[in-house]
Amino acid sequence: MKDQPGRAGAPAIELREVYKSFGSTKIIQGVSLAIANGERHAIIGPNGAGKSTLYNLISGRFPVTSGTVLLNGEDITGLKPFEINRKGLSRSFQVTNIFHNMTVYENIRCGVLWSLGYRYSFWHRVNGLREVQRRAQEVMERIGLEKRRNVHAGVLTYAEQRALEIGVTIAGGAGAILLDEPTAGMSRSETARAVELVRSVTEGKTLIMVEHDMGVVFDLADRISVLVYGEIIATGKPEEIRANPAVQEAYLGALHKEAASA
Amino acid sequence: MTYQPLNLGRWILWGTTALVFIAAPQVFSSSFALTMMTQMGTMIIFALSYNMLLGQGGMLSFGHAVYSGLGAYITVHALNLVGKGALSIALPLLPLIGGLAGLAFGVLFGYVTTRRAGTTFALISLGVGEMVFACVLMFPGFFGGEAGVSTNRVVGQPFLGISFGPAIQVYYLVAAWCLACMAAMFALTQTPLGRMANAVRDNPERAEFVGYNTQHVRFLQLVLSSFFAGVSGALSCVNFEIVSSENVSAIRSGGVLLATFIGGVPFFFGPIVGAVVYIFFVVALSGFTKAWLLYLGLFFLMMVLYAPGGIASLILMQLPVIRARRFGELAWPYCLAAVAALVAMCGLIGIVEMVYRLSDVSGGTQMNLAGLGFDARSAPPWIAFGALLGAGLAALRYTTRLVDACWDAIQTDLLAKQP
Amino acid sequence: MEFLLVQTLNGISYGLLLFMLSSGLTLVFSLMGVLNFAHASFYMLGAYFAYQVSTTIGFWPALAIAPVLVGAIGMLVERWGLRTVHRYGHVAELLFTFGLAYLIEEAVHLVWGRSSVEYRVPPDLDGPLFTIFTSQYPIYRGFMMLVSVAMLVSIWLVLTRTRIGLVIQAALTHPQTVEALGHNVPRVFMLVFGGGAALAGLAGVIGGNAFVTEPGMAAAVGPIIFVIVVVGGMGSLAGAFIASLLIGCMQTFAVSLDWSLAGITIAQAAPVLPYLLMVLLLIFRPKGLMGTREG
Repeated sequence: MKDQPGRAGAPAIELREVYKSFGSTKIIQGVSLAIANGERHAIIGPNGAGKSTLYNLISGRFPVTSGTVLLNGEDITGLKPFEINRKGLSRSFQVTNIFHNMTVYENIRCGVLWSLGYRYSFWHRVNGLREVQRRAQEVMERIGLEKRRNVHAGVLTYAEQRALEIGVTIAGGAGAILLDEPTAGMSRSETARAVELVRSVTEGKTLIMVEHDMGVVFDLADRISVLVYGEIIATGKPEEIRANPAVQEAYLGALHKEAASA
Repeated sequence: MTYQPLNLGRWILWGTTALVFIAAPQVFSSSFALTMMTQMGTMIIFALSYNMLLGQGGMLSFGHAVYSGLGAYITVHALNLVGKGALSIALPLLPLIGGLAGLAFGVLFGYVTTRRAGTTFALISLGVGEMVFACVLMFPGFFGGEAGVSTNRVVGQPFLGISFGPAIQVYYLVAAWCLACMAAMFALTQTPLGRMANAVRDNPERAEFVGYNTQHVRFLQLVLSSFFAGVSGALSCVNFEIVSSENVSAIRSGGVLLATFIGGVPFFFGPIVGAVVYIFFVVALSGFTKAWLLYLGLFFLMMVLYAPGGIASLILMQLPVIRARRFGELAWPYCLAAVAALVAMCGLIGIVEMVYRLSDVSGGTQMNLAGLGFDARSAPPWIAFGALLGAGLAALRYTTRLVDACWDAIQTDLLAKQP
Repeated sequence: MEFLLVQTLNGISYGLLLFMLSSGLTLVFSLMGVLNFAHASFYMLGAYFAYQVSTTIGFWPALAIAPVLVGAIGMLVERWGLRTVHRYGHVAELLFTFGLAYLIEEAVHLVWGRSSVEYRVPPDLDGPLFTIFTSQYPIYRGFMMLVSVAMLVSIWLVLTRTRIGLVIQAALTHPQTVEALGHNVPRVFMLVFGGGAALAGLAGVIGGNAFVTEPGMAAAVGPIIFVIVVVGGMGSLAGAFIASLLIGCMQTFAVSLDWSLAGITIAQAAPVLPYLLMVLLLIFRPKGLMGTREG
């Protein structure tokens, strides 16, 4: 909808030597990453590797300690979350972060209003905006919640809330989408549906996702980066990552051990 | 939620409100009632404008009187200029000047206050309120010091026999503005800004991640709200023909907070109910007892503790029960609880009034309460009122349990019937 | 020089008094997230209780009894009021304490009347402590400083040497962690709230006779201590300390200066200064002097 091609050929999202410390604790230690336009990129790594922090740095929730973040070749380092969002990057949250007192439709509408140019308008009647209704309806259909249109978000089932979270994220039509564990806490069948949802709503867009479920990652991602202790130890196609001995040692091995001990 | 070009129910509601406004002075025609209703009109605008902050934007302000008060000051000077012939503007349009003044000060102070949200916003609004109050006393040239600035609303030639001298004409002026402001403020809740103000209230972080600058949303909401506050200030200036430092004081700011909260913050019509109840307390009760502020404060605390949705929520809670034709079951427990509350209240009022009598050194200790004469220094009335209070509270404890049990049973039934 | 010295001493003693109030407010805010609007009302209650006790059994017992009484009231308020509204969130808690402030002021009207009461400095402490050049410095001012400092030292000891102190300290640096403890520590909450109220009460005992004991005293001092908390940075004890001394000195100097600007003397402008300071600070440093939290 709102693709803003920056410099021709520039990666959709690029990180250059990004560092982040909280006090003396170094969380992200020099991450450089370039994600091409239209790529589906997954970030994996053990707990505490700094995946969510990396998201917060890209989306402007936290300021970086040093380094540069570029969106379509444009420097977005140090911008506020809403400024980054307006430039075409939208994110979801690991812990569901929606408007619980509003209905599904109203939630989606919040995500739509800015991108359709209604901004802070106090002279439009919001229920009379056909364009907003049409767009919100479209998003609700895509996330499969059109039947739950007038239900308050707070009383939706967990899977529905996760779907709504994605709906609010994509509603503004951003070209770059960051999803933070879209399948966290879901059952197997719910996960399968969520994967299809993610696949369809990010069609033609740039996607970065953090995910724990390896099945989901290898299914969806074009490329994968492995983050361990704040550093990217490998980036590549799924089969390359699977074959990479360093990754197996640092991450997949650890996971196997976890599985074995569980 | 769907788009309806003509919402019949809404038209009926607004039409009835207009009819009530028109008919009220015919039904309550005493001058006392008229004064009270005029004040209610201005207070309704003020409380609704306050709820644009607290209810719709989640901003608890302790300094909202700044905007109505400064709007009133600008209006009083404008009115005096009109009186001198230096300015030509019809009296019915003066509230517009007050509103614009309120809006201008909203831009000025809102820039500072809305930089923060939550409790910090509350403190800053208090500080700005105190600052303005101190400034008002500092510049007696413009603000008239302690005494304030007085005026005369009867200016120029009467138009179609309307001079705005008689109180009834002022009432209709206030009523017209009140209706217009109510409609305008309701319309604002239905705009993108109004809806995003709700979003910022509920989840500011998410609002930032869908492209909204929460600070800017709060700022615009406050600026619009201060316009209506200014209108209400101008109307009170026209009504009382005097504006003093009290108009910008913390007492006023606290008053509008009390009124709005008592009425019901989560609902658009809550502040309207609150304004009516509040003015009733202020005008009617203050004539009977010096302790009216204490009663008002107690009432407010009870609402904060037990009915955070205000009177409006208490009314709306009954609707599903009435619709299911189950209200009859609740009637009896409600009656019992009301009687218990009444008994407790009698005891409390008796004690409060006796304490007042004793602390007031000028008068004697003899007093008269509801036709009963007694000496506040003797023991029997203390024992009697204390017993009433104790018995009332104990009965209230028991009867509220009855109400709760009955209420829960009905709710469970209603939930079970839902598809 | 003489003027400077005397005013500085006065400013510091007033600033310390303000810190007695703002420290309690900050501690309660840090631990419970509750901004106690009625804090200044507890200060007023302390003064009135001290007045009542000192007229019957004297000032020294009042110094101990009044803060204890105020602290007990604080605990009751926490137990039977705040705990109930806690589930509605911080704004509801603020509303509750706002209503409480309203109620306490009216109760004071009710019991002690609308004019000021004669709460005097006790005769043992009435008189000059020492003489600087030609001006005498009153004993009572020195006594006020002594009490404030003693109180500060004991708070510091409680914070660093006791278990409850450690919990409070943890709350100052890691609010989420203590929030996670949440309902496991209601008793700590009650004690801290009562303790904060008692501190305000103590400030009332020594401030009530140094200044004036009247029903308007809470409304006069309340906004100032809130300004201090905002200026110092929400939840920062060090910030509150600096801001208290700053505003204490500023107020003391301002009221005694008669330099004028555009027909208004500094003394006339004195009441506006703290608020002006707050507004300027918020424009240039929104977090406050020592603040770390976003509002």
